[in-house]
Amino acid sequence: MANALDPHAAIATTATGLADGRLRTADGKPLARALARSQSRARRRAFLLVLPLLAFILITFVVPIGQMLQRSFYNDGFSAHMPALGQWFDENPRGTDPDEAAWTALATDLEAAAEARTIGIVGTRINYDVPGTRSLFTSTGRQVRRGIEPPYREALLEIDEGWAEPRLWSAMRNASTPLTGNFYLAAVDRTRADDGSVVQVEERQRVYVMLFMRTFWLSLVITVITFALGFPIAHLLATLPMRKSNLLMILVLLPFWTSLLVRTTSWMVLLQQQGVINDILVWLGVIGGGQRLQMIYNQTGTIIAMTHILLPFMILPLYSVMRTINPSYVRAARSLGATSWTAFRRIYFPQTLPGLGAGALLVFILAVGYYITPALVGGSSGQLISNMIAMHMTDTLNWSMAAALAALLLGAVLLLYWVYDRMVGIDNLKLG
Amino acid sequence: MAVPTYATPLERIWHYAYLVICGLIFFFLIAPIVVIIPLSFNAEPYFTFTDRMLSFDPEGYSTRWYESLLTFGMQNPDATGWAFWSDAWNNASWVKAAKNSIIIGVFSTLLATVLGTLAALGLSRPEMPFRRAIMAILISPMIVPLIITATGMFFFYSNPCELLGILGLPTECGRLAGTYLGVILAHATLGIPFVIITVTATLVGFDQSLNRAAASLGANPRTTFFRVTMPLILPGVISGALFAFVTSFDEVVAVLFIAGPDQQTIPRQMWNGIREQISPAILAVATLLVIFSIALLTTVELLRRRSERIRGVTPH
Repeated sequence: MANALDPHAAIATTATGLADGRLRTADGKPLARALARSQSRARRRAFLLVLPLLAFILITFVVPIGQMLQRSFYNDGFSAHMPALGQWFDENPRGTDPDEAAWTALATDLEAAAEARTIGIVGTRINYDVPGTRSLFTSTGRQVRRGIEPPYREALLEIDEGWAEPRLWSAMRNASTPLTGNFYLAAVDRTRADDGSVVQVEERQRVYVMLFMRTFWLSLVITVITFALGFPIAHLLATLPMRKSNLLMILVLLPFWTSLLVRTTSWMVLLQQQGVINDILVWLGVIGGGQRLQMIYNQTGTIIAMTHILLPFMILPLYSVMRTINPSYVRAARSLGATSWTAFRRIYFPQTLPGLGAGALLVFILAVGYYITPALVGGSSGQLISNMIAMHMTDTLNWSMAAALAALLLGAVLLLYWVYDRMVGIDNLKLG
Repeated sequence: MAVPTYATPLERIWHYAYLVICGLIFFFLIAPIVVIIPLSFNAEPYFTFTDRMLSFDPEGYSTRWYESLLTFGMQNPDATGWAFWSDAWNNASWVKAAKNSIIIGVFSTLLATVLGTLAALGLSRPEMPFRRAIMAILISPMIVPLIITATGMFFFYSNPCELLGILGLPTECGRLAGTYLGVILAHATLGIPFVIITVTATLVGFDQSLNRAAASLGANPRTTFFRVTMPLILPGVISGALFAFVTSFDEVVAVLFIAGPDQQTIPRQMWNGIREQISPAILAVATLLVIFSIALLTTVELLRRRSERIRGVTPH
C-alpha cells in the first residue's frame, strides 16, 4: 500500500467493484493502465528537463565534430570543379592511358576552373597527394585561359612537361570521387602507389605513426609518474586526521584551480636555462655555469609540466577511494604476522585499485589530447598529435588531413572513455 | 597518522622517510605556483632571483610590471588623474582582455548553469530513460580533446546554418565566429560537464520525499522547486557555476579558433605574450590569477562544507 505522501496514492486506492477481476482506481480506470500512464508521464517530465541541454550539446558540440570529421573522407575540391575529366575517369577503367578525349576534358575543365577562380582549390586538393602540383594547376590554368589550340596533349605538355606524370593522373583519378580514404592512409604514413596499391611513404616522410606512438608513450609515462607521486599523497591525506588533511588538501586543490597557462608559464620560468632551477643547481655546485641543463622546449619540459598539471586528477580519485578503506584490515593482517610490506601489498593496495583505475584512465585520457602545454614548452621533440592537428588547421590548411588525424585521436579517446564508463562509471567522476 | 607502538626501527625510519617524500611532492605541487609571486616584483627583466632580490634590497623589487600591465596599449600613458584612468579603462590591452574574459565568463556560466541544473534534475530522477547514454554525451565535452572540439567549432561557427541545407532551408545565416555570442556558446558547451557533475553529486544526497511533502501540502511544482529543492542544492549549483566560470576564464584553444580580434581574453593575451616575447609582465598577470584562484578555491571549500552541513552529511 502506498503511503499518504506518494503521488501515486491517488490511483492506488480502492480495490472494489471488480467486474472483470482487475484492480481499478477510485475513478474506475484499470490500475495497471493508470500506473503505466503515470510512469510514462514521469519519464517524459524527466526527459523534458534534460532535453534543452541535450539539444544544445548536440547542436553546438556533437554535430560540429561530426561535420568536421566528414572532411576526413569527403573532399570535393577536385570533383566539384573538374566535371568533364571526372566523367572521362568514370568511362575509362584504371590503367587506361589518357587519350585525346581525356586531354580535351582536362583542358576544358582547367579553362572553366580558371575562369571561375576555383583552380586554386583544385590544385590544393591534388597537392595533398602529389606535393608541389598546386602551382602546376594555377600556372597552366592561366595559360589555358589565354587560349590554346588542339591537339591538347601537345599543347598542355608544351606548357608544362609535368602533365605527363602518371602519378599526377593517378592522383586526379583518386580525387575525381569526393569520397576518399587517402587522408586516413596518409594519417598512418601510407599512400597509394601509381597502380593504386597501398604502400608506406618514404622513410623521411613518416611522421604520423611516430607522433601517435610518442603521444601514447608520453601519456603513459605521465600516467605512471602521476601515480608514483599521487599515491603517497593520497594515502597521507586519507590517513591523517580530518583537520590536518583538510589543510593539506588545499595544497592539492590550489594547483587544480590555478589557470593552466599560469602553471605552464611558471614551469617555463623555472626550467629555463637562465631560470631558477638551473641557478640553484649552479649555486649548489651540482653543475658548472657552462653546462646548464636543457630542461624545456623538449620532451622533459612536456613531461614535467604535464605531470604537475595532471597530478590532482590522480590524487582526487585515489583519495576518495582510500578514505573508504577500513584500517582494521591492515591491522588484522599485521596481527596475523604479516610484515608491513606484505600487509600493504596484499591487503591495502588491492583495495585502492578502483581509485587507481579511475585516476589513471582520467589522466591518460586528458594527457592524450593535450595541446596547450606541449605547444608552449614542448619544443619540437615534445609535440603531440594535437599539435599536428592544430598545425594542419592553421598553417598548412590541409583540413581533411587534420580531420583524419582528429578522427583517429577521437576514436582512441572515446574507446578509453567507454572503458572508463564501464569500469568506474561517469557518475563517479568527482571534482574536488 | 602515527607510527604504531609495535613498529620495528626500520619501519620507523621508513615512516619518516615517507613523510619527507610527501613533503617533497607537496613542494613540487605548490612551489611553481608560489615562486612566480616574488618573481613578478623583479626590478630587472629576468626570470630568476637577482642578487639584490636575494639580499632583500628594496631596490631589487618594483611594481613596474604591474604598471606595464595597465599602460600597455594605452594611447597616452603619461597623462595624470582622470585622463589616465579613462584611457586605461578604454584602451589598455590587458584591461580590455579582462573585460572580455568577465563578459564571456559570466554569460557562458549563466547559460551552462541554467541548462546544466535543469538537466541534472532530470538525470537524477529514477524514471529518466537512457540515463547512462545521455550522461555520457553531456559529459563528453570534458573528455574530447580540446583541439578536436575547437576544430569542429571553427567550421560550425563560421557558418552555423550549413546543415539546414538538408532540410532545403537557406544555408547562409551569418557567422558566429568572431562574435561574443559564438565564444559564449562555445564556453558554455565546455563548462556544462562541470555543472552536471557537481549538481548531480549534490542531488545524490537529496531526499525526494521532501518534494512530495511540499506537493502534499499544496505547493505547485514551481513553488516546490524554488522553495524546497533550490535552497538545498544551491551550494552544488554555485560550485558548479564557479567551475564553469573558471573553465571559461582559463580557456584558450576555442578562443584561438573562433574568437575575433574584439574578443581577446586574458588567456589569449597570455598566449600571445608567452609565444612571442615573454616578459615578467606575464608573471604579474599570473600572480593576479593565482590570487583569483585562491579566492575561488576558498569559496568552493566553504560552499562544500555548507552543503554537507545542510544535507546532514557529516564532513567525511
